[in-house]
Amino acid sequence: MSVRLGARGVSRAFGAVRANQGVDVEVRAGTVHAVVGENGAGKTTLMRILYGLDQPDSGTVVIGDRPVRLRGAADGIANGIGLVPQELAMIGSLTLLENLVLGAEPRRGVRIDWARARAEAEELASDVGVELPWTAVADTVSISVRQQTEILRALRRGADVLILDEPTAALAPAQVDDLLRLLRELRDAGRTVVFISHKVDEVLAVADEITVMRGGKVITTRRADAVDRAELIELIVGEHVRTTGFVPSAVIGDEVLTVDGDVALSVRAGEIVGVAGIAGSGQDELVERVVGLRPAGGRITLSGKDITALAVDRRRAAGLGYISGERRAEGLSMDASLADNAIAGTHRAIGRRGWLAPSKVRRYAKRVLDSYSVRYGRLTAAARTLSGGNQQRVVIGRELDRAPALLVAAGPTRGVDVLGMAYIHDQLRALRDNGSGVLLVSEQLDELLELSDRIVVLHGGRVAGELPGGPESRTAVGALMLGRKAS
Amino acid sequence: MITGILTSALLLWTPLAIAAMGGLLHRVGGVVNIGLEGQMLVGALIGALVSGATGNWALGVLAAGAAGGVVGLLMSLCVTRLGANEIIAGLGFTIVLSGLIGYLLRSVFDVSGTLRVTGLDPLPRVLGLDPLFLLAVVLVPVIAWSLRNTAAGLRLRATGDGFDAATALGIPANGIRDIAGTIAGMLAGIAGSHLVLGQVGLFNEDMVAGRGFIALAAFYFGRARPLPTALACLLFAVFDATQARLQTSGVPAQLIQTLPYLVVIAVLTATAVRDARGKSRRAG
Repeated sequence: MSVRLGARGVSRAFGAVRANQGVDVEVRAGTVHAVVGENGAGKTTLMRILYGLDQPDSGTVVIGDRPVRLRGAADGIANGIGLVPQELAMIGSLTLLENLVLGAEPRRGVRIDWARARAEAEELASDVGVELPWTAVADTVSISVRQQTEILRALRRGADVLILDEPTAALAPAQVDDLLRLLRELRDAGRTVVFISHKVDEVLAVADEITVMRGGKVITTRRADAVDRAELIELIVGEHVRTTGFVPSAVIGDEVLTVDGDVALSVRAGEIVGVAGIAGSGQDELVERVVGLRPAGGRITLSGKDITALAVDRRRAAGLGYISGERRAEGLSMDASLADNAIAGTHRAIGRRGWLAPSKVRRYAKRVLDSYSVRYGRLTAAARTLSGGNQQRVVIGRELDRAPALLVAAGPTRGVDVLGMAYIHDQLRALRDNGSGVLLVSEQLDELLELSDRIVVLHGGRVAGELPGGPESRTAVGALMLGRKAS
Repeated sequence: MITGILTSALLLWTPLAIAAMGGLLHRVGGVVNIGLEGQMLVGALIGALVSGATGNWALGVLAAGAAGGVVGLLMSLCVTRLGANEIIAGLGFTIVLSGLIGYLLRSVFDVSGTLRVTGLDPLPRVLGLDPLFLLAVVLVPVIAWSLRNTAAGLRLRATGDGFDAATALGIPANGIRDIAGTIAGMLAGIAGSHLVLGQVGLFNEDMVAGRGFIALAAFYFGRARPLPTALACLLFAVFDATQARLQTSGVPAQLIQTLPYLVVIAVLTATAVRDARGKSRRAG
């Protein structure tokens, strides 16, 4: 049995979107097989099909050289396949131990045998060399710990093929190294790993074979030692990508933002200040305090003016712009028209005595959308009809067109592909070069290192340290993110 | 007077607590059950009819539970399989059932609103307490324990907090919700039968009088934890018993009857304020 898991001619469409088109993949037993591609390349759809969570419109899943029909997750599990999804399937209010045994509880009579569950958990954990706080509630532990719990859960259920969907997306660099080491150990113990990612370096570090997907199709499958970094990037994107790289600010002016309190920091005009930290280190609180979404102690000033007591609209009037990482919830009104979205927050300036002239609105919205290269049909179309990358351009255009004194950019490229990301980065740099301050919060360390003039690292809700931007700071920032001293 | 109030408070607590425990299970499973009111009404009618026809209170209670369970299952199927909004489905079932029952009373039984069932066998009492009171007292710790220590309890909690995650683990989340909805209906039905067999001795189409909604408020206030939920029911029951006594004091009865409901509003407001405070403290 050489092919442990695979797909033959798998196609799957969601409405007009053809997520998978005639996909062929062969994952050999005992290997780490990476599936790489941009957002929307069809990786996650393929994985859900391989696990049985979704069924192909045509084509078939292959297990152990045999075509099979998987009707649900239970079929996948029965065939020894375990999925660690991107949005971890952990129940937040349950403890790690409860999450581990959920669905396959050891029992004594009607009740769950917690002693045996605990013993099994400890044994599994020591087998793969991790230690977990089993009685902690899942919501309170780090993503890395939850991920390890999920991997153990799959192993406990007898998985010898592990599918990991973008497992490193929210991890600090040292946690990524730990995970990659764990994956290698699983492979060396004879298990098969399918590793989904769009991060080229991780893929090259861990994979034996690499399948590249683009636009729902498999472009190629190569041995990892037969492809180099630049070639792989080009295969993924389908064209040559120009990236600007790190360019520090030329002119830095006076402070445009100061924040007191647990997280004290300042941003000066013509400067991008990056905020790093593993998820839940206090970034959300900081952003919400500065934007005015959360009442808080500690003084906040904008361009020298105390805005601590001001509501969001007054802060915006005072020169604040905000790009939210939660595009669906905070960035846009998905059901409202593109025109309405484009003028939101600026509508008072466009209107007169409470009346909005439709022609004025159209002109303003058209100018904003056109100058930020939004691809759209009609201004009256709902925001949800655009692709994710285009939606984000609407947000970027709306906020940057106002030329805010301070822009708070929280995860501005979340869910945006490589080309869109390069565009947004250029826009943020241009805003900075025009003399605005930017507070950039991101889960992606690469983005922070490339854009920021300074990086403030948060750990446990406090400032752990501050470092200059640029690629040389990677190791030091990574250490501070985990609460270690920068050395 | 105080002991009098306490005894009648425990009597009034029984149906509230039983219905609230049902709603709590459904809530833990991730569905807000607005249909408790209608399910209680069905239970009350069926309980009265079967108890009268058989002359046996236990059969009346069982039939009320079965009827409530059927309604609960139908409602749950509307939500889980047909994708109906749980609020609309719950409200719809309550309105349809009360309309249907009002019609049946007039067309089949030829009475206007109040039905006296001949041969009705009321619940037996020992020291002023009836078997359903004991059921309610037992249900509270049993449910609390089961939620923690049985596979069913664990899976129910998982379904409620992470429907997709539970599905991804091969847990039949929709089926679990249906079971929870059926149990909620059964308990609400039994609670309804207590109104007839344990309290009034006759059926009236308005006799549930918002108790299904009070039960809903109780498990909200108790954050779907059995003991706090039971205590919230007790609070309401005490005020309900008090208002019954105060009606003889000369203050207009309609005003006094609003007292327990005012308490519910006050308590829910207090809960909301406490939550908001907690949130801002964590943020600070």
